[in-house]
Amino acid sequence: MPQMTMVQALQDALRVALRDDPTVVVLGEDVGRNGGVFRVTEGLQAEFGSERVADTPLSENGIVGGAIGMALYGLRPVAEIQFVDFIYPAFDQIVSELAKMRWRSAGQYSCPVVVRAPYGGGIKGGLYHSQSPEAYFCHTAGLKVVIPSTPSDAKGLLLASLAGEDPVIFLEPKRLYRTLKEDVPEGRHTVPLSMARVARAGEQCTVLAYGAMVPVSVEAASSAAERGWSVEVVDLRTLVPLDSETVLESARKTGRVVIVHEAPRTCGFGAELAALVAERAITALQAPILRVTGYDTPFPYTLEHSYLPDAPRVLRAIEHVMAY
Amino acid sequence: MTPSPSAPPPPSTLQVLDIEGKARGTVPEIPPEDLIRLFRHMLRMRVLDQRMLSLQRQGRIGFYGTATGQEAAVTGSAYALRPTDWVFPALREMGVSLWRGTTIREIVCQLIGNRGDVLIGRQMPCHFSDRKVLTVAWSSVIGTQLPQAMGAAWAARILKHDTVCMGYLGDGASSSSDFHAAANFAGVYRLPVVFFCQNNQWAISVPLKLQTASESIAVKAVAYGFPGVRVDGNDVLAVIDATRAAVDRARRGEGPTLVEAVTFRMGGHSSSDDPTRYREADEVREWERRDPLQRFRSYLEGRGLLRAEEEPGWTQELNDEIGAAIQEAEALPPPGIETMFDDVYKEVPPHLEEQRRYALAMGEGQKVEGAFPL
Ligand SMILES: Cc1ncc(C[n+]2csc(CCOP(=O)(O)OP(=O)(O)O)c2C)c(N)n1
Ligand SMILES: [Mg+2]
Repeated sequence: MPQMTMVQALQDALRVALRDDPTVVVLGEDVGRNGGVFRVTEGLQAEFGSERVADTPLSENGIVGGAIGMALYGLRPVAEIQFVDFIYPAFDQIVSELAKMRWRSAGQYSCPVVVRAPYGGGIKGGLYHSQSPEAYFCHTAGLKVVIPSTPSDAKGLLLASLAGEDPVIFLEPKRLYRTLKEDVPEGRHTVPLSMARVARAGEQCTVLAYGAMVPVSVEAASSAAERGWSVEVVDLRTLVPLDSETVLESARKTGRVVIVHEAPRTCGFGAELAALVAERAITALQAPILRVTGYDTPFPYTLEHSYLPDAPRVLRAIEHVMAY
Repeated sequence: MTPSPSAPPPPSTLQVLDIEGKARGTVPEIPPEDLIRLFRHMLRMRVLDQRMLSLQRQGRIGFYGTATGQEAAVTGSAYALRPTDWVFPALREMGVSLWRGTTIREIVCQLIGNRGDVLIGRQMPCHFSDRKVLTVAWSSVIGTQLPQAMGAAWAARILKHDTVCMGYLGDGASSSSDFHAAANFAGVYRLPVVFFCQNNQWAISVPLKLQTASESIAVKAVAYGFPGVRVDGNDVLAVIDATRAAVDRARRGEGPTLVEAVTFRMGGHSSSDDPTRYREADEVREWERRDPLQRFRSYLEGRGLLRAEEEPGWTQELNDEIGAAIQEAEALPPPGIETMFDDVYKEVPPHLEEQRRYALAMGEGQKVEGAFPL
């Protein structure tokens, strides 16, 4: 098995999709000749032509609105938004159109569009290259929201997203784009959506995380192990539709839940997770559910490492719930 | 509208029939039986609109928006398309679906939102969409259909189909960022799309001069690198002429066209609107003289294709058809609560199955009475 970074794995997924399915097309700003600003689409235009890997004008509503039209007509477009921070011009097309087309046409039309976008902090990107807006999309019926945390998952989840019939917001933790290389299966490797992964098994406390917060949580769990605490880390992989089974099973087993995300706290996805656990598993809990999140402030440039949850902060939360 | 001195002159407005119904320009080639079909369809729209508006006034449907005064623009543009072409409509283009084969019964069911509705009560009235005739479900969000029309045209090109996509818009929608995005992409990629703007002079209460300082809507196409044509939208023959040229051009692979059909919204914006609050009766009277139906009727009578005594029978037939459709539609029950949870996704995920069970257990909620305010 070849070793790949997340960027390479994503590129490999797109190459497999473009090769196997003539209806797959890639569109976005700088995705063609330049191969994308993060190089995810590097070489694809040379291999598949400028019709199937198309550079677009600088207009996110045009990219997503155009992708919707393509999908209605029968293609499977992968629309790249250069940074998720720039997705808002397309927000209307995503929320009002993409998400609702199947429902509002009573199943007559569907929109299998995958919107890929790098998200999250930790790369000195400042306010507009660092945000985590997943909650906006999780709040919208009709969208699936997928966030990988490893190269192999990135490939498998992207291919699974592309094989489905529903629109997917596919958020890529850009901070992990090149930090880790791992074995990635060749060819059509898929990882089913709505199936969480136990990233590290444990018995006394559950940490729920996704994307770039998974390695942070695993690191915290390792430190906790040094203190004799057995901590389980669940990587959600798909936020909507959520694998609530795995979440609840783990919560019931450990009786302690810490939730980690880098998005702001208020109405973040963690609130939904906390409510789920409270509604379904409160009798199994031995401690309050804690959230370790970004702050309810805009994303800071200089102070980004104070803003982002890190292993020590997660460990503090684990300590807190273990004290009960 | 005072043109600003630096603005380019407006493209001239194409006209075939003058307001008396006399042919002034070259009459496009249209078989006589089609001319009658076109006229009867315009009549169909006019009568259906009147009946549905009165149904709304009686509280039997929640909302209605007429296309009265715009029948030539709707019908003529629909006529220029092939059945395999795709349509991305806005509010006033229900007549396009009707032209392409949607039945009056299907439309009435949609207006009521019952079990017989193709959209099973999911959308408010006049948000019609019918896959059988390739009209795409539109949202209420003005302008959003335009990038989609562009994208579908792009797909058709990639798949090497000779499909043309038609994106309809109003004068108000020409201000939307989606119009700009769609036109810009279409120009760059020379896509087989036609943007058909029904400039009916008003966007609810906002007149055209507050919508744009441009001398016309058509002229905007110049900035996107493709032609814009302005046509008398109350002259069905001119509309056909202009739209056909645009559609043919798109089909030949020569790229998009913006067609601006200059017309007028004779009624309120919708059943909830009172246009006397913001516009003068004189303006409406002036446009009554340019009525598209009357103009076409005079033309057809002049050519001996239509006899005055034929029309009452057609109207009667229509009224009977509409009456029967209403009766059938009103007898149908509303969609079941369980249908709400379908089609959110292709497969119903567990959390929605659970919510469906809950909703079914809770049963019917309280009905909201009264009319929609917009
Ligand atoms: C984005 C958006 N803003 C506002 C509205 C409310 N609204 C509905 S129709 C309309 C005017 C539309 O005018 P125009 O595009 O000229 O179409 P017309 O109604 O004249 O056919 C407005 C403001 C809306 N539906 N969508
Ligand atoms: Mg208007």
